[in-house]
Amino acid sequence: MSGLLAFLSDYTIQNVALGAAILGVISGVLGCFAVLRQQSLLGDTLSHAALPGICLGFIFAGTRELSAILAGALLTGILAALFMLALSRRTRLKTDAALGISLSVFFAIGIVLLTYIQGTGNAAQGGLDTFLFGQAAAILRSDIYVMGTITLIGLGLVLAFWKEFKLVTFDPGFAGSLGMPVTVVETALTLLIALAVVVGLQMVGVVLMAAMVIAPAAAARQWVRSLEAMVILSALMGIIAGVSGALVSALATGLATGPLVVLAASALVLVSIFLAPERGLLWSGLRRWRAERHLRGRQVLATMYELAAAHDNPAYPAEQSMLDAYHGLGTGKVLHRLQGRGLVRRTTHMPQEGIHWELTEDGRHEARRSLAALGKDES
Amino acid sequence: MLMSPSSRRRRQGYAAAARPAAARLHEPRLAAHVEDLTVSYHDKPVLFDIDLNVPPGVMCAIVGPNGAGKSTLIKAILGLVKPTSGHITLHGLPYRQVRARVGYVPQRSTVDWDFPTTVHDVVTMGLYGQIGWFKRPGRREREKASEALKMVGMQDFARRQISQLSGGQQQRVFLARALVQEADVYFLDEPMAGVDATTERAIVKILGALRDAGKTVIVVHHDLQTVRSYFDWLVLLNVRVIAQGPVDDIYTADNLRATYGGQIALLEHGDFTRPAPAPGPGPAPGPGFDAQKEDAGPPQAAEAR
Amino acid sequence: MLAAFFDSIPAMIIATGALVGIAASLVGTFLVLRGSSLLSDAISHSIVLGIVVVWMLTGAQSGPVQLVGAALTGLLTVFLTELLAATGRVKNDAAIGLVFPVLFSIGVLLLNVYARDVHIDQHTVLLGEIGFVWLDTVSLGGYEVPQSLLSMGAMAALNLVFVTLLFKELKLATFDRALAAALGFMPGLLFYALLALTSATAVAAFDAVGAILFIAFVIVPPSAAYLITDRLWLMLLFASLIAVLSSFAGYGAAVLLDVSIGGMMATMTGLFLVLAFLFGPRYGLIAQGLRRRRAALAQAV
Repeated sequence: MSGLLAFLSDYTIQNVALGAAILGVISGVLGCFAVLRQQSLLGDTLSHAALPGICLGFIFAGTRELSAILAGALLTGILAALFMLALSRRTRLKTDAALGISLSVFFAIGIVLLTYIQGTGNAAQGGLDTFLFGQAAAILRSDIYVMGTITLIGLGLVLAFWKEFKLVTFDPGFAGSLGMPVTVVETALTLLIALAVVVGLQMVGVVLMAAMVIAPAAAARQWVRSLEAMVILSALMGIIAGVSGALVSALATGLATGPLVVLAASALVLVSIFLAPERGLLWSGLRRWRAERHLRGRQVLATMYELAAAHDNPAYPAEQSMLDAYHGLGTGKVLHRLQGRGLVRRTTHMPQEGIHWELTEDGRHEARRSLAALGKDES
Repeated sequence: MLMSPSSRRRRQGYAAAARPAAARLHEPRLAAHVEDLTVSYHDKPVLFDIDLNVPPGVMCAIVGPNGAGKSTLIKAILGLVKPTSGHITLHGLPYRQVRARVGYVPQRSTVDWDFPTTVHDVVTMGLYGQIGWFKRPGRREREKASEALKMVGMQDFARRQISQLSGGQQQRVFLARALVQEADVYFLDEPMAGVDATTERAIVKILGALRDAGKTVIVVHHDLQTVRSYFDWLVLLNVRVIAQGPVDDIYTADNLRATYGGQIALLEHGDFTRPAPAPGPGPAPGPGFDAQKEDAGPPQAAEAR
Repeated sequence: MLAAFFDSIPAMIIATGALVGIAASLVGTFLVLRGSSLLSDAISHSIVLGIVVVWMLTGAQSGPVQLVGAALTGLLTVFLTELLAATGRVKNDAAIGLVFPVLFSIGVLLLNVYARDVHIDQHTVLLGEIGFVWLDTVSLGGYEVPQSLLSMGAMAALNLVFVTLLFKELKLATFDRALAAALGFMPGLLFYALLALTSATAVAAFDAVGAILFIAFVIVPPSAAYLITDRLWLMLLFASLIAVLSSFAGYGAAVLLDVSIGGMMATMTGLFLVLAFLFGPRYGLIAQGLRRRRAALAQAV
């Protein structure tokens, strides 16, 4: 217990937890817009493209000065986004290729710059490597201030332009018809995602930052219906993933922070996809199993109804083996379930042997209702 | 074929509803025969209990509202979507065995027209099935493709990159690609959507020529106005088959209302009084269909109801 | 002559880079056309897990076992991505971005824990060591041939055979999946075979250029070629050509500036793409601009 207290009051640990929480909030909030606008992989491109900026910032400042480094990362991230847009709008290359080109070429330039810095033998260059996979323990209190300021700016912008962001995310066409400058808003959202990526670089690293943009938002999406709730929950998920991953990394020395944070966030996604009420796979699997049983019942009921109609006999006795042959499967179970619902009943149909079934009044009603519902929007 | 009295009684007793399983699987006289087909997406049926009988030598339209499952029906017949249940035969055989006799024109929008290839090359693709794995198209195939392009009036575009074509030209190229297949049954998914009037006329003319040559042409069609002038066989579809048969019998106000109003024609006009000539859906095509099986009259004369 | 070639370190490095580029471009062309180029991003990240796991199980750091292991990891990535997208709970792009980071993370953590002593460390993962390919050689017909060159040569040959033999099938499956399926060409299987080859190529290239730079070789040369030609076979040819030129130019520039050779080669593919983007005969920005001006002039007259 006292060990835990000592651990929590440790200065480095406090820094790490605080940094991780900040990272979780901003990537969680802005990730929602990326995921909903189907630009999840833009985060991947932006984060890989931050590498040359990190190096440029370092070269410019001559030391591992976080604000310079992050400014550089933001700059090259934006350049990469613009390059991507130019390729996808002005050529016949598809978006995925444009993203991939931007990602890999900017990253390659980053590698070139990184080796250039290493070649200059600058003593401070050792710290740059941590930007690849993230190193929580390397975070300083001054870094927290920089990250916090960027996050506050980002969140402030989201609050100020909430209405615009929301509408452009859901329905850019409609937003345009209202006279909203859709391109400007979209560009602003892209810039903000670049901002979120930049905040996470030191913690998670360029290679895995994309997952931090996607995972909390994808997890939050499963539980809620409104954008407001999604953003808040996503921020919360981001904090949980960030703090737990970063703390484990700080405890177990030698484990890179980025992978741990990403695994924590991905675990949240997995749990959400399976267990979230309504959307959870577990529940929808159950629903589908029931629906499939129901569909089979509907098919058998429809067949019996049509047989009855074709014979002008509402109580036409249908032979079970014939229903089996017609549906190509054993209908015994289905018929018994229908019987349980009071829709069919067994009859004896002398002189022919074999099990026969006829529709009850309820069964005829249900069959008619079910047939009429087809082709309309069923819910 | 001799029939024992008991099996005859059986036949008569059940003929309207279902024939013995062995008989159901082989309908060599029908160009396309679908029985009990259900396709569902998650828990929602897209096609429900479809029974379809298209005799050879007709030009058949599949018509219905959006979301009626028209494209899905074609895709299910060609094995491109997996049905929940159902039997499908083309000329009495499962699709896998008659691939070479079937031509398919997907919706134009399903392919990437920026793909780096030429008009002539796209048409040659229709022959890939006949060429088989690993082998390359040769001079014979190239000549066939050129002939098909001539038939659709696109011979001057053979060397063009496909992205330079208009919508109507793209559709003609797709049609030419189906023509080189020299199939017996053609399936076309919305070939007249978004094409100019000239192209539409050209397409109808070519399809009519195919029909006159004894081929079967099955078309997903979206324009009710032109159904009667273009087609001689009609399938009204809205998740279920609402009605099917010769276009003049099927194209009635009641049937159309039933298809587009989401209403089911079945037994609406008084339960359990058989709607005499008016067709309604049923698990099997009914006595008229059996008549067709028994007498070997021309297929068009026999009604599927 | 041949001996001089195998003795020359620059020749070895450039040849290896060129083979990486050719092998990657051959499969990349079809990925780019299919709109699946980011799967190469996913695959190249997650093979790190495959490499680590195979190394832990067998001790093999390269060779056929590694290639097979990587091919399986690559297919697992694609399979999991498709599975996740098929649940309908996340969109396809998010599914890609969720799956590969997990596999990559597990791979990196395993490296952190178990593999500190071997040469596969985080830096190799990112950078590759193309400058040192000549250190690890095997004897072949009396010549000392770099291991990397040999495995890349084998992969390039394998990809070439695959693409040549199945050119018609790949073309149809990429252009019109529905018709390919209707004709019985199994487009799904073809696509998985293509991705398996992509994964194996990624492993073979791993020592030389690392996991991430590999993406550049898969996507960029075919994209550049796509901007200058309208024929599929020319696209394959031009992409390979661009890859070879990038290898030469990248090596020269890297030696001149004393920076990462692999990084410079990948950067050069980007340079060629920009050139194609600007000066492409029909689709280049300048050609587009000229056409627009001519059209405007024609209208004015």
